[in-house]
Parts: sequence; C-alpha cells; structure tokens
Amino acid sequence: MSRPRVQIVDYRLGNLFSIQQACEHCGLDAFVSGSAEDLDTVDGIVLPGVGAYGNAMDHLRDLRLVEPLQSAAADGKPLLGICLGMQLLFDSSEEFGDHAGLGLISGRIRRIPDQTIDGRTLRVPNVGWNRISFVPHNAANPFLEGISDGQHMYFVHSYCAVDVPEDDQLTTTQYGQFQYCSAVRRGNILGCQFHPEKSAQKGLRLYQNWAKSLTSASNVGAQQGQSSGSC
Amino acid sequence: MPTVRVIPRLDIKGPNLVKGIHLEGLRVLGTPEAFARYYYENGADELIYQDVVASLYERNSLHEVISQTVRNIFIPLTVGGGLRTLDDISAVLAAGADKVAINTAALRDPGLISQAALRFGASTIVVAIESIRQDDGTWLAYTDNGREHTGMDSIEWARQAEQLGAGEILATSVDRDGTGDGYDLEMTRQIADVVSIPVIAHGGPGNATHVSDVISESRVDAVAVASLLHYDAVQHLQPSHDTSEGNTEFLRSGRGVSRIESTGLPQLKQVLGEAGVEVRSCEVSA
Repeated sequence: MSRPRVQIVDYRLGNLFSIQQACEHCGLDAFVSGSAEDLDTVDGIVLPGVGAYGNAMDHLRDLRLVEPLQSAAADGKPLLGICLGMQLLFDSSEEFGDHAGLGLISGRIRRIPDQTIDGRTLRVPNVGWNRISFVPHNAANPFLEGISDGQHMYFVHSYCAVDVPEDDQLTTTQYGQFQYCSAVRRGNILGCQFHPEKSAQKGLRLYQNWAKSLTSASNVGAQQGQSSGSC
Repeated sequence: MPTVRVIPRLDIKGPNLVKGIHLEGLRVLGTPEAFARYYYENGADELIYQDVVASLYERNSLHEVISQTVRNIFIPLTVGGGLRTLDDISAVLAAGADKVAINTAALRDPGLISQAALRFGASTIVVAIESIRQDDGTWLAYTDNGREHTGMDSIEWARQAEQLGAGEILATSVDRDGTGDGYDLEMTRQIADVVSIPVIAHGGPGNATHVSDVISESRVDAVAVASLLHYDAVQHLQPSHDTSEGNTEFLRSGRGVSRIESTGLPQLKQVLGEAGVEVRSCEVSA
C-alpha cells in the first residue's frame, strides 16, 4: 500500500526541511511545492510558515494559492496549518496593520499582551516549551491520541489566535495570565500554534495521528499502515 | 508560565565535539552526532552547534553535520560560527538549522542583524555576545572566540542588537567558559534586564546549583550548558571521535575534570525543578 502523499506548501517562508523530515519519519510521502495544481492530487496539505502575516498572505496571493487552498479545504481535503500557517486559517490578523486571512475558521490573530508578573516582564516573542491544555469536549479527538493533557510543546511566536468558537478549539495555552487557542480543528482542517516537528517525541506523535487519518481517507476500508513510522 | 530551556551547547571542530577553557585549549570528546542524539533522548529542549574554528577561516563547515542531525532529532537547532553574509545564513538554514547565532559579523556590520531579521524572521536570529569582564567592572564584547577586542560595551550591544531586530541573545562569559566557577551572574542579569527578548546564559557552570543560580538571580529564559553535561555524557557513550585530528589525550587518559561536577540532563532538570524552576519534563526514550 502506498504512503499518503502530502504537499508542504512552499510560499517562500519558513523551514520546510524539518517539517518534511517529520512527515517522512511518520510514514508520509511528503514533498515541497508551491504549485496550486498539486493541491488537487495530494491526500493532505501542510501549510507551514514563519514570518509576518501580511507578507505571508501576499506570497500566497502572488502564487495564486489563496482560492485553491480555500476550495481544497471546502472539498474536505485534510489541511494542517503550523505556527503562522495556523494563524492564516483564521479571518484576520492585526500584525503590522489589519490583514485578511484565509477565513476557514472563525477567529482573529492578536499580539500577545505585555505582562509583568512578580516584577518580571514576560518575554515577547514567546520562545520555548509551554503546556497545551485540552478543551474538554474535544479531548477525545484522534489528533490528540497518545498525548497527555498538559503536554509541553515548542512555541515561537508573538501573535496568537483568540475569539475562536469553543467547538473548534482543541487545546489552549496559558502565557502568564493570558490564554489563547493553541490548537484548532474544524472538520478536515487542523492547526497548531506550536511546532510539532520541533516538539520531540510527542510532537511526532501528532504527525503520526494526522498521518493515520490520511491513510484511512485515501484507502477506503483499509486499516493498514497505522503502525507506519516509528514515532 | 513558560519553562526555562536547558540547551546543550556543542562546540565543533572539524569532525569532533571539543571543549576548552576560555574558548581555548580544545579537547576532543567525541562526535557531535553521538552527543546530540544522547542529549535529545535525555530531554534536551534545544541544541546549539558552534563551529569554533569557523570564524578564523571565515567559513562555517557544519552543513553536513546539520543535515544529518535534523533527520533524527526533532528539537530546535541553533548554529553559529563563521556566518558572515545573508547567503551564509541562508545556507545553514537550508541545511536544516532553525536559528543562527552571529557574533563577529554582527559587530563588524550591525546592519547584518536587521537584514537577516527581515529576510529570515527575527526569531531566527540569535546574537551571540562573548564578554570579558574588565577591571573597571564593565564588560566588553569580543569576537573570534574571545580573541579580538572590539571596545563595544556588552550591555549596550545587547540593547542595540534587540533594536536591530535580534530574536534572542546568547550571553557568553569568556572568562568563565569551561572553568566550572559558575555563570557570570551580574553580566547576565544586566543583559536580561535591558532587553525584552529571550536571553540564554552561557559559560561557566560547574554544578547543577550554578545553573539554578543563574535562572533565579539573573532571570534568564534559557541556559546553555556544555562541560557539565559533556563530561557526564562521555562516560555513557562509546568512543566515537575521529582520532585523525585534535587533542585526544584527554579521552585516552580517562581522567575526569576536577572543577566540574558533571551531571546528566534528567538529574539537572530534577535539581532545577526542586529549586522551583519550571522545566519541561524529560521524556527519556530509547
């Protein structure tokens, strides 16, 4: 049985190599491409991203990827947004002005507020390992299988998702006194603010969980391949 | 609250992991790949690779070891040493590094920080500040592994680096490096106080308490640790070094290092946890 094929969308931002390594490690046939035509042929799409929101949307527009991504998502194709790629799934962001996103999930992106706790100013960007807390009604989601509530994941960001409908929230994260949505799911669309490909064994487990869902989508009735990968 | 990151720092010379004192007198300890893998499996939060001779030859030669590393190791990797231009940075990132550490080139041309932050994202750019304490109680930033004097005040340089767009500061004490005397708490605290970006303390810990001290007293966001972990790891790893170059006398002698009470990562994190520091729990795996 062939491995699910996954397109890592290349819109000239971010470290795609490590995402590709993580996908391959978890049994996916992952390739990097900025072509809209490829979106039609693959079993799943990873939308990565590092950098500024408006810049990222400009690149997606220049590469004529905005509408193809929106229609692939509407057609039920599995889509995984990571870091800035997750932020792009929402309606808008206030990063350096007001920018429209892909509008696939309701919510907006705002800057992490300045906070002083015990006389210590919390750093922004938030760089490092923070806990993800399960949102109770989505705790049984297959994407979180094998992950514990409160697991540490690796984050690098200054902006984050708020005003996300509770039904769509998979996990939240607390930074100081401030809470935001750190993982999101709406139907076939998933997003993580953290970097699973940089979050050691438990991060790889998320890729493996996603890979499993692709396997069952592209091989109707077949349950093989669930043990593919070693993460 | 965010956790404090514990970051093994691997100084690399040619094919080997080395460690010196005051960034000099390098001893061969093994291969970087073996140590990196060991640290990953024992709960390292990130890794730093520093090409310690690159600046002298004005080139970074770690591309192969970076690419090998990121195939198997899924935590962030920062690479430094000999990065002069945007193209140099781009090549190291393309090889699989997540962040770059720049020192010498940034001091010669501070504009490199802003250009690199703009092109690769601020969170990708770590400015390494290698400080030596002066008789008047100030610290000056040095280049080329603590060999060349710049006249730039380290604390002021940290402030400027943030304004230019640096994403993090790696604050090294050259005087403490490899000594086991503990981090330079005062220098590190002053840098952590003047910037709002994350600061990584580096240079000098001789035991786990020194690490806990710099977190509580200097309020850093991360600690880079070398000798303390290396002299423990070397006892658990099969000899893996390339004997064709470098000073391997230390490995052959089987000696320990008297001023360093070496420790493993899980034990170090346990000490930090008991001191009230929030750390990421170690997922020790095979």
